[in-house]
Amino acid sequence: MKTVLSGRSKEVIIDTEGPVIIIGESINPTRRKKLASTLQEKNFDYMLSVARSQIKAMADVLDVNVGFPGVVDEELLPQAVIALQDNFDIPLCLDSPNPAAIEAALKVARGRCLINSVNGEERSLQRLLPIAREYGAAIIGLVLDDDGITHDPVKRLKIAEKIIERAVRAGLREEDVIIDPLAMAVSADPNACKVTLETIRLVHDRLGHNITQGASNVSFGLPNRENINNAHMAMSIMYGLTCPIANPEKISGLVRAADLVLGRDDYAVRFIEHYQTTLSS
Amino acid sequence: MTELLERISICVEFGKVDLKSPYPPALKDQQGAFELTRIALDSGVSPGVILEEALIPAMSRVGEKFSRNEIFVPQMLMAAKAMNSSMIHLRPFYLSGETRRKGTFIVGTVTGDLHDIGKNLVAMMIEGAGWEVIDLGVDVSTEKFIETADKYPGAVIGLSALLTTTMENMRKTVASLREIRHSMKILVGGAPVTPEFCVKIGADHYSPDPQGAVEFLKSIAQ
Repeated sequence: MKTVLSGRSKEVIIDTEGPVIIIGESINPTRRKKLASTLQEKNFDYMLSVARSQIKAMADVLDVNVGFPGVVDEELLPQAVIALQDNFDIPLCLDSPNPAAIEAALKVARGRCLINSVNGEERSLQRLLPIAREYGAAIIGLVLDDDGITHDPVKRLKIAEKIIERAVRAGLREEDVIIDPLAMAVSADPNACKVTLETIRLVHDRLGHNITQGASNVSFGLPNRENINNAHMAMSIMYGLTCPIANPEKISGLVRAADLVLGRDDYAVRFIEHYQTTLSS
Repeated sequence: MTELLERISICVEFGKVDLKSPYPPALKDQQGAFELTRIALDSGVSPGVILEEALIPAMSRVGEKFSRNEIFVPQMLMAAKAMNSSMIHLRPFYLSGETRRKGTFIVGTVTGDLHDIGKNLVAMMIEGAGWEVIDLGVDVSTEKFIETADKYPGAVIGLSALLTTTMENMRKTVASLREIRHSMKILVGGAPVTPEFCVKIGADHYSPDPQGAVEFLKSIAQ
């Protein structure tokens, strides 16, 4: 199954058969405090430099989150989108809990964006699916619903099915729903990663959809976080993760290695290309 | 007697829940916090003394080590589990009013925020410091906080937010609580929260870690 996103003109194809596509996570004030202060002054220079270094580190899509207190993200998100698209031809993933901000950003965005995210809550489905349909956007379907978060992979699969079914009924194409299996910290629950991995396996095997996940938080509360993130990421890719939301500067090498190990990189072309690019910079 | 309290304290600090628990290996096949607390009560040690001289110092050491990055979230959760196994025996004395708590602490994550690990750690540390904790869970509405605060006059409120996008809801909840209860003490925390933000939204205290929250409660309880 293929999900197609695009920037001004450049297309990125997320394919369940791989290779892994990286959605760069770094335009997010929760992760970078300097972003909040510069964005507040409507100064986009720092945001653009964060975008540039992610692209250089082989991000294929950029997640854009500009929400923080004191900001009207219905105004700021579209402005950020315009600034990014004036400078880069890379597809964007619009990240906000505020549907009005998503809608305002889609109005000004060129190409085909990804919405981060729709979940199984009635309110979320009703508000966001028509917007996605109207602007021809793809969506991330996060597997929680009106009952909250379940720790049962089969129930998570059911929520994924529901989101897909509702999206299709709202006029989206099936392939335009990318499932987020929900990653949680393994420090607080020893089975957290296992539940996520099993959900990925089920969604991949039974539904065959593309799968994303913001997985930097699985290592919260532990030392040597990168080792945990890498182990979880490699296993997730094996089970069917196709487009993680992550920091490309930390993850691109691992992702290229995983594609190689899984037989998706003949003659190690992409792996070596990554090695040489990072060596020269 | 002091030796028994010392043993309970060590069990709690290192997460030795009961006889069966395999951690820490050094205490394998020995009694844990659950059994030792029962023995202490049966031999006449008062619940208040167990709390003050075994549990509180143990959880305080846990909090300090966590603040110094010497231990991590799973170790803290193990300590809390051991503390809870001891509390099973102490709880009836609180319910009957024989032993009193230091106060009531109402805690929850703000509207829209589902991240609860930090909030849970704070809740268990504060319970371990001798307070009654009312944990409202995640995605808690302002109305729910107000309703609960009405039930527990004099309670301190703790609000947690892990995302910049939910900090705005923290501001709203603080503003609404302030309108109704002017002097209520409000504590805020979570990864994106700063001391400046705390002041700006009119909360009383910001702490970067659970131990800081405990210290603040200690300072206002005196």
